[in-house]
Amino acid sequence: MKAGHIALAWRGRSHANYLAFLVHRLSGLALALFLPLHFWALGRAIEGEAALDGFLRWADRPLVKFAEAGLVVLLAIHLAGGLRVLAIEFLPWRNWQKTAVAASAGFALAVGVLFLLNAAG
Amino acid sequence: MPADGGTLEVRVWRGGAEGRYVPYAVPRRQSQTVLDAVSYIQRHLDASLSYRFACRVGMCGSCAMTVNGKPRWTCRTHVAKVARGGALTVGPLRNLPVIKDLACDMAPFFDKWAKAEGRFRPPTEPARDFVPVRPASPARQAADAGIECIGCAVCYAACDVVAANPDYLGPAALNRAWTLVNDVRDAGQRERLAAVAGDAGCHACHSQQGCREYCPKHLNPTAAIAGLKRVTARAALKGEI
Amino acid sequence: MARPLAPRIETLLWTAQRASAAALGLCVAVHLVTIVLAVRGGLSAAEILARTRGGITWLLFYGLFVVAVAIHAPIGLRSILRETTAWRGRSLDLACGLFALALVVFGWRAVGGLFR
Repeated sequence: MKAGHIALAWRGRSHANYLAFLVHRLSGLALALFLPLHFWALGRAIEGEAALDGFLRWADRPLVKFAEAGLVVLLAIHLAGGLRVLAIEFLPWRNWQKTAVAASAGFALAVGVLFLLNAAG
Repeated sequence: MPADGGTLEVRVWRGGAEGRYVPYAVPRRQSQTVLDAVSYIQRHLDASLSYRFACRVGMCGSCAMTVNGKPRWTCRTHVAKVARGGALTVGPLRNLPVIKDLACDMAPFFDKWAKAEGRFRPPTEPARDFVPVRPASPARQAADAGIECIGCAVCYAACDVVAANPDYLGPAALNRAWTLVNDVRDAGQRERLAAVAGDAGCHACHSQQGCREYCPKHLNPTAAIAGLKRVTARAALKGEI
Repeated sequence: MARPLAPRIETLLWTAQRASAAALGLCVAVHLVTIVLAVRGGLSAAEILARTRGGITWLLFYGLFVVAVAIHAPIGLRSILRETTAWRGRSLDLACGLFALALVVFGWRAVGGLFR
């Protein structure tokens, strides 16, 4: 398909709830792939305090901290987006859809900023 | 209608699944609809253009096409509202096989209404009396909310889940099923719930809400499908489906 | 290709994913607060282990967290794979089941390691 056709096909998806779906899916995928890594890192605690500390020292670089903030934002956005989905599916319908999407995004961003501020402080 | 001056460039899909957009110059008119523009092309520029319409007033649901990437009723869409830089791109509906040009094969769409048990199932015993249905009852209200669907397939074309999962019944069929789930007179509820459950049914929906966004009648299939998700989940837990 | 799962099983999978999502809603909120507070002034193994060692409430909470995640993530991953790749059927169902099992085993192993 030509680029113009693809751009045209995406125009129909340019609404808040589709974007929210996309973000929820991508954040979920990233978190699922991150989980084994997370468990592996924590599993090092079995090998003793020194091994865990070695890992934590490695993780204390600015770039890694920034990546961690990204993960925290992903978790926050998947949480907020997930609550939004549960509300759509299990609560009576409300015409607040765009507000819910915006609130989820705002919440995730706030958690990310809070994390970075605390990590730096 | 007097000419409004100026020309509109209308790029129209020509061909079947494989094809291309062909530009046509259409005189701009006052209160011109996209259907007017397409009809002008067919009558004055290229008689071989295939497209569908009947009522021209938003009652029949046969003129839905993809206008600038979005599914719309062409008869109720004013050119002034959707033209970008004096140009329009008109294609067939997404997610349906293209027969030719702007005409899609609607059979898969309506077949899914049948698959979703989208028809009233009367009880085997003839009714002896009227069934009282209070207009204010929650079930009647839920049915009312979805009953005005005219089957134009705009929601079906807007849905990415249909695109990803061709077996998915889609918003219109599931919306129809939800109106019948809320019909207290219907005697085929268990079969219907079994038909709409699972991966080809309501549980495939990701609440992207393209259906609700583009429904020309402002219906809310997302909410109807959410209702189906709940009642089928309850039925599955009880072992009824 | 193998037969698809029955609509009832698919429906129960959906229900399990939403139920685990509700549990995760609570777990993740607690987890996020813990993270944001814990990183204050930097992380050290001694600090983490002081918090986790011997804490029964902590053990139960994270033990449950792991189970909820192990239910939630593989079902979601299965949907994504089915919708965006050609992978379907029994082999995919099995792979997602194994992923769930791996998450429980390695998750509990990590939680246990921090507890002891």
